[in-house]
Amino acid sequence: MLESNEVFETVDLGTSHFTEANEAVRAALDRSDNVRLVDTEGQRYLGCAMRSGKKLEIHGTPGNDMACFMDGGTIEVFGNSQDQIGNTMNDGLIVVHGRCGDAAGYGMRGGSIYIRDDCGWRVGINMKQYEDKKPVIVIGGDAGSFLGEYMAGGVIVLLGKPERYLATGMHGGVIYLKNRIDSDSVAPGLMVEEVDEADKEFLNEVLSNYNHFFAGDTNEGAPVTGDGFYKLIPESSRPYASMYAS
Amino acid sequence: MLDYILPKYKVRHDAIDCVMCKKCVRECSYGVNKVDDERNVIVSDNLKCVNCQRCVVVCPTQAITITDWPQVATGSSSWTQSAMQDIAKQSQTGGVLLSSMGNPKPYPVFWDHLVLNASQVTNPSIDPLREPMETRVFLGSRPNMLKVNERKHKVITKLPPQLKLNMPVMFSAMSFGSVSLNTQKALAIAAKNLGTFFNVGEGGLHKDLEAYSENTIVQVASGRFGVDPHYLNTAKAIEIKIGQGAKPGIGGHLPGEKINAKVSQTRMIPQGTDAISPAPHHDIYSIEDLRQLVYSIKEATLYRKPIAVKVAAVNNIAAIASGMARAGADIIVIDGFRGGTGAAPKRIRDNVGIPIELALASVDQRLRDEGIRSTVSLVAGGTVRSSADVVKAIALGADAVYIASAALIAIGCHQCQDCSSGMCNWGIATQKPELTKRLDPQSAAQRIENMVRAWNKEIEEMMGGMGINAIDSLRGNRLMLRGIGLNEKELEILGVKYAGE
Repeated sequence: MLESNEVFETVDLGTSHFTEANEAVRAALDRSDNVRLVDTEGQRYLGCAMRSGKKLEIHGTPGNDMACFMDGGTIEVFGNSQDQIGNTMNDGLIVVHGRCGDAAGYGMRGGSIYIRDDCGWRVGINMKQYEDKKPVIVIGGDAGSFLGEYMAGGVIVLLGKPERYLATGMHGGVIYLKNRIDSDSVAPGLMVEEVDEADKEFLNEVLSNYNHFFAGDTNEGAPVTGDGFYKLIPESSRPYASMYAS
Repeated sequence: MLDYILPKYKVRHDAIDCVMCKKCVRECSYGVNKVDDERNVIVSDNLKCVNCQRCVVVCPTQAITITDWPQVATGSSSWTQSAMQDIAKQSQTGGVLLSSMGNPKPYPVFWDHLVLNASQVTNPSIDPLREPMETRVFLGSRPNMLKVNERKHKVITKLPPQLKLNMPVMFSAMSFGSVSLNTQKALAIAAKNLGTFFNVGEGGLHKDLEAYSENTIVQVASGRFGVDPHYLNTAKAIEIKIGQGAKPGIGGHLPGEKINAKVSQTRMIPQGTDAISPAPHHDIYSIEDLRQLVYSIKEATLYRKPIAVKVAAVNNIAAIASGMARAGADIIVIDGFRGGTGAAPKRIRDNVGIPIELALASVDQRLRDEGIRSTVSLVAGGTVRSSADVVKAIALGADAVYIASAALIAIGCHQCQDCSSGMCNWGIATQKPELTKRLDPQSAAQRIENMVRAWNKEIEEMMGGMGINAIDSLRGNRLMLRGIGLNEKELEILGVKYAGE
């Protein structure tokens, strides 16, 4: 759990419609830097386009597209999150004390997402990176199919097992895997290598974050050394260089 | 193996007219024209010529003409020269054929089978030179009922956000990367001066264009390039791109060699990597999912901007459009299969999708039948070539049209269909600085403005002839159209009577 000795403004969402809910959340975030949502009942778009310097705590179950276009600050979910969290996210931090649904971090360009448990399909699809922006997704459990599909940049760290079609179409970035995958599971155009010292340094940082964020939870925590991890990387950043004739 | 590929064109330099100024040599990025020092003449490598006609236009003595390659085909209607040349290319490279601009095949152009009405005897026509004509259009959703405080003459109903266009023509999406920044600037300046909108496409918004934000529509496509809250909130409207007429159903690949430093900044991706737009938005697998994306953008822009959704014209377009309206789109954009592109697989461009005229008519009719036509605005694009096409599109049910190829032709494009090579001698579809500097944004904007202003005068003339003084009265007014050379099914879909009826 993140340090929170700050004062929180509390908003009870109940069964309010997402338009009212988000209006209330935006107004609260305008007034206070720290906002706590309680009795969240699946409202979509919570924390949409949130700015830096703000902290949003969500208790209950946030709906789809949580943190879409997020631009900074921190969202911490005490529960599971649904589909497409961090859609087209630009900056900030999302911590989920539970699992997340499909397509988390779709087109994400910056910021970090830490999922304590499993994730759905197509997580990190079309993630990218740009100059100092390098998005990171850490998944504590297993991942659904198509993890890192079309990935063009950024980092995914998977502590559990991937499902089928891992990183098909990946042409940038890196996926760190705690468990080795057999060569049949490596999509064409990708390769698996053992991690080097620089990788371990990076893994140490994000896995220490993971353990710190979820220290109060019952899960066992992650091994922080990065020893024995593998990395999945593309052979080329130009997968379609020789596809066409004109 | 022999290379079977033959030239498509032959470049002729008239020896009597040529003054050996060598301008044609300097101007050709493809390196077609060369000086033969021994004979002191210009010779051409015909294989490299794409018929962009730059040398023809710049030659000070009109010494250059480009002709078809004179080799006759064998006379087979099936195995034409071009069909065999496609096989030659593919057997040599193993590549998917890539092409650009719009579908060039001789499918029927329904605009040319529709004629317009004019007033005779029974009602007077209007002279737009003397009487006021209204070509202003508002795009956006409209409430079902308008409450008005009659004493104070004020509208009480809160109106959804609208785009105000002085004339029913906008410039459709062309991204930085597919076209040069100077091209985008020309469109931006023209849009501002004309009081209409240009669309930055899916390649992000270059900071130089932020000065034109009041006239900017930004796009959110499946690659989400350059999309952040600043991008969304800078624009006047946001367009979700599902598809494009030139390549329905497939995504986009901007090749790494076109991603230079500036394009990389605007798209917010690394230099030199392929920029891939997946075929679908992976957060949209249904109408319900589209609604989710529409509302996520509405939330991010505080419900202050109209949201457009653009699709390619395909089978079942009427049902799709109905779903889009119900998904919360404020503006529905339909792009016909003759619409242009910076690059598309040739087979897709030439064989997928349906004509805009039929799609537009069936969508307008369907939305009317379902009583939801007024909840959305309808924009049509994909070969709108003249003011007459604009008038016909509006009479078929469009609120406004999108033009792109016409605007590019106004600034030098000669439809050579080689945009994807990035060698454009006109400085349009290229990122090479020595070529882009040929296009001056101010004078290019002036040419686009001239064209659109001329079109608008013609639109007023045609409306006046029908006895109509406001474009609103023309919208969906199919009684102003008659068909010629069309069968009954075509007339039924277009919703028009035959000429003489």
